[in-house]
Amino acid sequence: MPVLETEGGAVWRKRTTGQAMARWAMWLLGVAIFIWCWQRISDATTWFFVWDAPEIAGDILGRATPPRWSYINTLWEPLWDTLNIATLGTLAALVMAVPVAFLAARNTTPSALFVRPIALLIIVSTRSINSLIWALLLIAIIGPGVFAGIVAIAIRSIGFCAKLLYEAIEEIDRTQVEAITATGASRMQVMAYGIVPQIAPAFAGIAVFRWDINIRESTVLGLVGAGGIGLQLQASMNTLAWPQVSLILLVILAAVVVSEWVSAKVRGAII
Amino acid sequence: MLKLQKLTKTYKTGDQALKAVDLDVPSGQVLALIGPSGAGKSTLIRCINRLVEPTSGSVMLGDVDLTKLGAAALRRERRRMGMIFQEYALVERLTVMENVLSGRLGYVGFWRSLTRRYPQSDVDEAFRLLDRVGLVHMADKRADELSGGQRQRVGICRALIQNPALLLVDEPTASLDPKTSRQIMRLICELCAERGLAAIINIHDVALAQMFVQRVIGLRFGEIVYDGSPNGLTPDKLTEIYGEEDWEATIENVEGEEVEAAE
Amino acid sequence: MTDVTHRELDDLIGRRWRRPPLVKRTWLRWTLVIGGVLYLIAAIASVEVNWSRVYEGLERGWAFVLAFTSPDFTSRGDAIWTGMVESIVMTVAASVVGILISIPIALGAARNIAPLPVYMICRGIIAVSRALQEIIVAILLVAIFGFGPLAGFLTLSFATIGFLSKLLAEDIEAMDRSQAEAIRATGARWGQWIDYGVTPQVLPRLIGLSIYRVDINFRESAILGLVGAGGIGATLNTAFDRYEYDTAAAILILIIVIVMALEYISGIVRAKVQ
Repeated sequence: MPVLETEGGAVWRKRTTGQAMARWAMWLLGVAIFIWCWQRISDATTWFFVWDAPEIAGDILGRATPPRWSYINTLWEPLWDTLNIATLGTLAALVMAVPVAFLAARNTTPSALFVRPIALLIIVSTRSINSLIWALLLIAIIGPGVFAGIVAIAIRSIGFCAKLLYEAIEEIDRTQVEAITATGASRMQVMAYGIVPQIAPAFAGIAVFRWDINIRESTVLGLVGAGGIGLQLQASMNTLAWPQVSLILLVILAAVVVSEWVSAKVRGAII
Repeated sequence: MLKLQKLTKTYKTGDQALKAVDLDVPSGQVLALIGPSGAGKSTLIRCINRLVEPTSGSVMLGDVDLTKLGAAALRRERRRMGMIFQEYALVERLTVMENVLSGRLGYVGFWRSLTRRYPQSDVDEAFRLLDRVGLVHMADKRADELSGGQRQRVGICRALIQNPALLLVDEPTASLDPKTSRQIMRLICELCAERGLAAIINIHDVALAQMFVQRVIGLRFGEIVYDGSPNGLTPDKLTEIYGEEDWEATIENVEGEEVEAAE
Repeated sequence: MTDVTHRELDDLIGRRWRRPPLVKRTWLRWTLVIGGVLYLIAAIASVEVNWSRVYEGLERGWAFVLAFTSPDFTSRGDAIWTGMVESIVMTVAASVVGILISIPIALGAARNIAPLPVYMICRGIIAVSRALQEIIVAILLVAIFGFGPLAGFLTLSFATIGFLSKLLAEDIEAMDRSQAEAIRATGARWGQWIDYGVTPQVLPRLIGLSIYRVDINFRESAILGLVGAGGIGATLNTAFDRYEYDTAAAILILIIVIVMALEYISGIVRAKVQ
């Protein structure tokens, strides 16, 4: 924070002139980039349709209400599938995420030079790609169905769980590990007694957290054909059966709220 | 029984923590290791059971040179050295009993330890030790529910159930209040006498050390500068170990030193 | 006293010891275990797997893995380029708009700043935005506004509001009251109070969260194309449909690289502001 010497005495400023100019330039650049982006979106948009939007929205809303309540009976089975995709996918992901996390954590990796980068690569590549894309890929490979959905959710969750888990492993209290080592315990025993109890709460928290997210994601996997309630959503949209669409959206909302409630309860019980 | 020869440790940063330390500990002797922070006390203790890898020199435990051992043999020898830590280092989310039994890990197989099916003799011994330190009713409490003094007692049980010949004790009282500190020191020394154990106790409370041990080693900058009876620690000697200070007051005023030690 | 403890010890010697169970009530423990096992059996039994199809697929899966070693950036270079630019454009525009809108909503959703009616409205907006997934919002917006990046832009902006406002509001609620009170005690107006008492406390976190959200927005923008809301997703979908694994691999590699770059930048920025 400079003090400028002027004729009228010392004047306090938050920034020097140069800093202020640089900041203005940054803001200007930012605004220019934003305007350019907006221009591109605008160019790609048929504004004629947009001016119609309120009317169309009103029209869709009119057709979608009231929801077709009787349709709920065909939704129970897809809901069960959705639950299974999320749960089995999460379980499979956890099984694979644990070894990856141990290989990725600085204090447990067998080789920081060779193994750790591979583990980190697995984490970042599975994490960067959305489960819907994984589902697309798996459907191309093993065909549509619930199984593809489970595998997609599992792969997507590996990186997420492994990342949080290896951060937890790196934060453990080292003296507890030291104490177990000093008793003459083997590597595996040090793991089981010194490390696992310390990360168990984090592990449980991550599992429930990810399960909650996976319920949300598995409701839409059906849009690309990977099973679950999204299949019905897609089918109803294709036939423009708006009352069914609105019912399905309500069911999905309810499922999301319930899963959030369950995961909050379980996390509360763990901590 | 324990013999250190020219034990040297140089850290990667270039700091020389230990400079060719020679030390001979006969069996059954309890000695205190004193010295300012950074003198290498902690490093010395950890070089003995190789939690820190010594750079050169040898550590003879009986006839075995610990520095030459491979991983499996080292684990076998570690069983003969119980270790007690400054911050207790209990596994906080395990129960008291599991913490005590973890001292037997070097003796039981992996699956047995994973499923917690320890031999009955180990379980009995654990109960006896917990009873000896007055914590038998706490056996199924989780370690993080205990007070500092209680945790250190559990730490002592964990070290003793290894059936060691030697105790390595790293600042056992640094996190405790003055009264508990004395109780813990007394307990450690009594148990060593009962079982005929040798012990190296790292401690920076000179008065407390003088109260309980037969032999004091003074360490400064990784070198032994004093080796003798506690009574021989004159203000001159303390100055040599710690640097200039008014020692008369420190030696008498135990509580004052404690507050500082509690960090 | 000594006698009593010794008798306690005598009782214990020779008894087997077991770790106290995680769930204390026996019936509850067994209900949970049996229920869990039954659910797993039912769930796994209800999954129909066409193993011969999976077996056939292994070959294609392997082809796809191999495609990563020889990704094809060129043969659909134009489509990839326009798709990527569109994704990035949507990400930038939606992040800017979303962040700008989420700040006043976060202020409104913090109980220690906003009056109750405002609080209820803002919390309502956040709840709606968080409950609806991006892809479903995108479907509805495409139905309303037609195909193209505008629907994607609106979707991402809407999702950003829910995410950012909630976390920011929680942060404002957790801020240090005494600092804010000290500013108020100087006689500052409401705007000055926000500027001097609240902003400095939450700004680092706002920046951190914003960058994190940019990262998420980019990843989401990659799938919006599946439902016609613009971005690289449409190109990717086509590539999968035509079994052009080398093109798909090229797109996926680009996505991964951009996400990694964003994470790297966000790491640097977060270290700087904190």
